[in-house]
Amino acid sequence: MTTAARPWAIKVEGLTKRYRLGVFDSNLRQSIAGMGKSLVRSLTGSGKAASAASEFWALRGVSFEIPRGEIVGLIGHNGAGKSTLLKILARITEPSEGTVQFVGKVGSLLEVGTGFHPELSGRDNVFLNGAILGMSHAEVARHFDRIVEFAGVEQFIDTPVKRYSSGMYMRLAFAVAAHLESDILLVDEVLAVGDGEFQKKCLQRISEMARDGRTVVFVSHNLAAVQALCPRAILLDKGLVLADGPTRDVLQTYLHRGRDGPMSRCEWGPAEAPANGVFRLRAARVESAEGDPLAPVDITKPFRITIEYERLKSGAGSVAIRLIDETGVLVFDLSNSTPDTGPAGFYRESCVVPGDLLNSGEYRVSVGLFDENEHMLEAQDAVAFDLMDSDRDRRGWYGKWEGVLRPTLAWTRERLADGA
Amino acid sequence: MSRAEQVTVIRPSRGWRSLQIGELLRHRDLMKFLIWRDMKVRYQQTLLGGLWAIIQPLGTTAAFTLVFGSLAKVPSDGIPYPLFSFTGLVIWTFFSQAVIGAVGSLIGSTQLVEKVYFPRLILPISAVLRGLPDLAIAFVCLIAAMIYYGVVPDWRMLWIVPLTLLAAIAATGVGCGLGAINVRFRDVRQGVPLLIQLWLFVTPVAYPASLAPHSWRPLLGLNPMSGVVEGYRWALLGGAPPSVMLMALSTASALVFLLVGLAVFRRMESSFADII
Repeated sequence: MTTAARPWAIKVEGLTKRYRLGVFDSNLRQSIAGMGKSLVRSLTGSGKAASAASEFWALRGVSFEIPRGEIVGLIGHNGAGKSTLLKILARITEPSEGTVQFVGKVGSLLEVGTGFHPELSGRDNVFLNGAILGMSHAEVARHFDRIVEFAGVEQFIDTPVKRYSSGMYMRLAFAVAAHLESDILLVDEVLAVGDGEFQKKCLQRISEMARDGRTVVFVSHNLAAVQALCPRAILLDKGLVLADGPTRDVLQTYLHRGRDGPMSRCEWGPAEAPANGVFRLRAARVESAEGDPLAPVDITKPFRITIEYERLKSGAGSVAIRLIDETGVLVFDLSNSTPDTGPAGFYRESCVVPGDLLNSGEYRVSVGLFDENEHMLEAQDAVAFDLMDSDRDRRGWYGKWEGVLRPTLAWTRERLADGA
Repeated sequence: MSRAEQVTVIRPSRGWRSLQIGELLRHRDLMKFLIWRDMKVRYQQTLLGGLWAIIQPLGTTAAFTLVFGSLAKVPSDGIPYPLFSFTGLVIWTFFSQAVIGAVGSLIGSTQLVEKVYFPRLILPISAVLRGLPDLAIAFVCLIAAMIYYGVVPDWRMLWIVPLTLLAAIAATGVGCGLGAINVRFRDVRQGVPLLIQLWLFVTPVAYPASLAPHSWRPLLGLNPMSGVVEGYRWALLGGAPPSVMLMALSTASALVFLLVGLAVFRRMESSFADII
């Protein structure tokens, strides 16, 4: 068959993956007991309902095609099915239904450093890891010098890797994988590796590989990197393909969509609302400064945090918000400067966080309400949202910018003397 | 990229499936590296390293000589008892280590199984092959013992090659089958030491097969290690050759062990990454 007749490098059709929960008891006695139970269930006719309840569908009929040489970003919240899809593509696990067809050899970078042994030297681990990733001895030998140079560990190549710093270790591990001679490359979250300089190198290497005509499937939470590297993105949500197309459009869909658990807006019914003697919290949300809850927010734009609550009796009190970034760092913990005093009633209180201040990433907001005795009512992680990167000042670097903040500063330059 | 046009299809597999020998051969470098890694790490971390290959059969020989040779006066077909039992123990040690290693090989490489594709059979097979260097070391010691007792090996010694292969085949079968079941039921790992212990007593290691009543001989042959151990003694120490029936039965049962073990393994393989 010629390439013209087969325009894809990867073709996924109706891919479904079911995990059975609770059935795989790792103990013979429990398993026999389980078999007994399911026998009783099937005899009493309640078997169907019970088995459906103990199943988890990681993928539900996913289909797409990827042409040769394309870089496709795979995005979605945790638990959307990205990792399962990647594991099936990498042949680590089998689908329950559906097929995957691919042309050529698949290399996977699902976890760098798999099979590294701490007692062995860097050199030994390069060969070992290469073999684990499916390279022949000759292939690794051919790339050995480039791998070591890429990782920047020339001096330590004969030292056992247990003496490496974690940065060196990860760099060496990525370097091996980055020299895989495969037609298709599956990449999962490698950008969490190493320092900024090295991340930049990794991303460059990935786009280089795509230029060589290799097909790349790139999974990342780093939306800026997906946007920069991948012309096309596929959005998975609860095991379904929710959007597939130009990355910019897919990212919009992604950012508009709430998530399980904390949503970008959160409303409580009267019964379930967190309450103490003074307050009852009714809603919290993050929206654009203009109050549009659907507009994606990028780091250059201000956004609004709004809280709605009932005051059950009159008195003094105050509202506080805590903003926590994806690494768990508390970015700020602020309350409104003047305590509210007022009669009982339904209140809305909001504040605007200015643009050009925070860095991109995933944020969580916890909301607190204090009564006059400083007793607090708190809704932890009430709201979560993504702050998208902008194209501003990228300078060829598509990894996540480092730092908690990314303010726009007013710079000045003066020439103090003539140069030589 | 000559393989660029080769299409691979991934689909759910059901029931029994083929062995995919081609895939195994394509990954032989990985197998070599896994064996090499385990040996290198073991020798780096132990004080005595390769000496352990001798200490284990030697220690058991000493115990057997005391208990069975001197106290119970078990006959040894006219061969000095220490040499008689040591010869059996050298190949038995290879077999038992291979089974134990293969059974634990999958859950001992959880990270690999969860993160990387390769034919999973590589793990138990390399666990079996890893014992060969140890066997070679023990063998050198055995030759020294033979010289000490004035036994001169002849051309029959070449028979140990197919006999060792037979032991490896049986160990691979048992190791693959139990290793696969062990991924799901960790009980297996608990039971293996007991299995090996009992197996040692139904194998003519401490006693000659000639001790068993005639009517029991076919039963003895169902244990592949009976033929291997008896064959080893004949090939190295001389004496009456083991009966053709014993050897035929042992060979056949080793092959059955292998086929059943591989079938069970392949059947369960697709779920390894999900449940390990």
